[in-house]
Amino acid sequence: MIELCGVCKSYDGGDSFAVRDVDLHVAEGELVVLLGESGCGKTTTLKMINRLIEPTSGRITVDGADVREQDAVLLRRRIGYVFQRIGLFPHMAVGENVAVVPRLLGWPRRETAGRVDELLELVGLPAGEYRDRLPRQLSGGQQQRVGVARALAARAKVMLMDEPFGALDPLTRVAIQDEFRRIHDRLGLTTLMVTHDMTEALLMANRIAVLDGGRLVQVGTPQELMTHPAGRVVARLMDTPKRQADRLEAIAAGEGG
Amino acid sequence: MEWDAAQMQEAFRNLPEYLGQHVLITAVALGLGIAISLPLAMIVVRRARMRWGTLAGASVTQTVPSLALLAAFYLVLLWLGTVTGPLFGFKLPALGFLPTVMGLTLYSVLPILRNTVTGILGVDPAVREAAVAAGMRPRQVLVRVELPLAMPVIVAGIRTATVWVVGIATLSTPIGQTSLGNYIFTGLQTKNWVSVLFGVVLAAALAIVLDQLIGLAESGAAQRSRRRVLAAGVGLVAVLAGGILPWRLTVPDASAQGRAYRIGAKNFTEQFILASLLRDTIQTAGMDATKMEGLGSVVAFEALANGDVDVYVDYSGTVWANYMKRTSVAGAETVLREMTDWLAREKGILCLGPLGFENAYALAMRRERAEELGIRTIADLGPHAPRMTIGGDYEFFGRPEWQQMRSAYGLRFAERKQYQSTFMYEAVATGEVDVISAFSSDGRIAAYDLVVLDDPKHVIPPYDAVVLVSPQAARDRRLVEALRPLLSAVRVEWMREANLMVDRDEDKRTVDQAAAWLRERLAGPPSAK
Repeated sequence: MIELCGVCKSYDGGDSFAVRDVDLHVAEGELVVLLGESGCGKTTTLKMINRLIEPTSGRITVDGADVREQDAVLLRRRIGYVFQRIGLFPHMAVGENVAVVPRLLGWPRRETAGRVDELLELVGLPAGEYRDRLPRQLSGGQQQRVGVARALAARAKVMLMDEPFGALDPLTRVAIQDEFRRIHDRLGLTTLMVTHDMTEALLMANRIAVLDGGRLVQVGTPQELMTHPAGRVVARLMDTPKRQADRLEAIAAGEGG
Repeated sequence: MEWDAAQMQEAFRNLPEYLGQHVLITAVALGLGIAISLPLAMIVVRRARMRWGTLAGASVTQTVPSLALLAAFYLVLLWLGTVTGPLFGFKLPALGFLPTVMGLTLYSVLPILRNTVTGILGVDPAVREAAVAAGMRPRQVLVRVELPLAMPVIVAGIRTATVWVVGIATLSTPIGQTSLGNYIFTGLQTKNWVSVLFGVVLAAALAIVLDQLIGLAESGAAQRSRRRVLAAGVGLVAVLAGGILPWRLTVPDASAQGRAYRIGAKNFTEQFILASLLRDTIQTAGMDATKMEGLGSVVAFEALANGDVDVYVDYSGTVWANYMKRTSVAGAETVLREMTDWLAREKGILCLGPLGFENAYALAMRRERAEELGIRTIADLGPHAPRMTIGGDYEFFGRPEWQQMRSAYGLRFAERKQYQSTFMYEAVATGEVDVISAFSSDGRIAAYDLVVLDDPKHVIPPYDAVVLVSPQAARDRRLVEALRPLLSAVRVEWMREANLMVDRDEDKRTVDQAAAWLRERLAGPPSAK
């Protein structure tokens, strides 16, 4: 569904590369997480797919078609995009935010309205109660739910998510992660998600792609990465949640004893 | 301060026209300013170099003093006329509405332009990215996201522009556009504080009301309160209609106001009175006339030549020295004759003739002291001068008249002092100085009981008040005949008296009252002439 072949991005004419020779395939229905430390090139890789950033070289296809050969604007309307800073339009009510892409596509008014209500219900925000509120009247978690609803509004089959739940408190984050995974499966989406949160990656991903210094160092299921990390970087990344879990266990044991 | 009923009455009588014109030029200039600034801001906002250049250009126009900017458009239009006149046979009016609106529009551009650019650039980059990522085209990003979010800042710019334009519009008086500034300009000149206060308070009130209404509209839009937006809209329409309609309805035949004769007046009392006298005379003859008061000296003359003013009073010596650029001294008859020929030949202006009095530079003394010393002429002054002090206004000692007087009569004063003209009269009255430079028709000559010294050698150029008529208006025989009875009819004592009753601090008269008083003298029994 999403295919990257030899994708490179250089901001200085080839002296250095933010992304170098990335090959990655995300199959239909799959949720793949791009994992890595800050500055490893994961966000750049993601933004090249909907052409917010243009690659220096290489080929990217979505649903079999080369993204460089399409109108970038029309391409973006077919791809859902959610990012950490949410980016809801503060002057538009919740319903209007969700309706942005359907309106850009010129959907009939009634169909758009129906779709908006349907999506708000899907992300757990009763339409009657939330449709006419302004974003600033919502909590962070509610805002991000609206962000997800907006990304899905025009029946996008492909989702790009850039640390979508990073700014939320832990309880909200876990709830919304579960919910999104559920929605993903129910709608048969294909999702590429960027995160630096190891736990989130392990809990949500079908497969994880680890980036380091702009290069892809390993792609595999969470289990493969845990059991057979390819190199130090991956091993260290995998180690973190394990150590956290051990420590938590120790604390719990201490309290219990 | 004296609250004179007549001054109040006159102020109220002028209200519909002054306010109406003020509201009109403000609204047109702001409308144009918005129509220019918003698209311009959208064009330059994403282009750093263009943006810098445009904002710098707008800032520079802002540093030009307001009055100079308005006057600059007068000059530009005048120059354009010299090009379009011969080429296409038409000239844009260089005075009044057009240069005013052009200048005010330019002034309104900077705050709106800068705030629009700032507002758009200030939109949260995350929101802009969300818009792009959702598949909006650059135009859609601008219209659907950036402009609505920048709106409070843009409206703040419009409000700033509104306050500026309302204020600066009061400066349009000297370039011939009636506004609330007429209250201020004529009031300051004639020490009519009721009039000054009227202008200042009304302009401030207009600025505040417009500012608040625009603010209400904006906050209403931001809070999606249809009631607020509606209230603001109704309020704005009410101010526009309430300002303009009473003027349009009360001024007789307002649609044909272009047909009314325009009487020019430079910015001093005598000119205001004479303009009222000319206007009343023309109106009595059954024609329509309006005053354009407070014009700059050169502005008035050029405006007449260009046909923007139809009639005004100038002084022969001014035409002789300033416009004909003559430096030689000549007698009154010669100056009048040569001036009349030159005006007709070079400018097509009709010099109808002298009103009968002079407003020349002159030397004046306290009557008592002059009689004591037996001084009647400047020649008599010569022997006493080395023991005397002379006072002059800021201009006098630099003028050719003074040089000529000094060399012709061999004047050597012990000391000379410069004064603002009000204090100069005080100085001679209290004996601080012995002789002062005065204007021969100044009302204060009579008020302070001064005598004007004769000039037997005729070295002071004649400054006969003369009626000048524009090339177009000169073809109207009715107009010319209506004005003719004024010629050689105004005695200098009457003019002094009329000037004084407007200028003095006690028992003041309005300009129109003084003009009416003057007309009564003119119509008086032949023996009084």
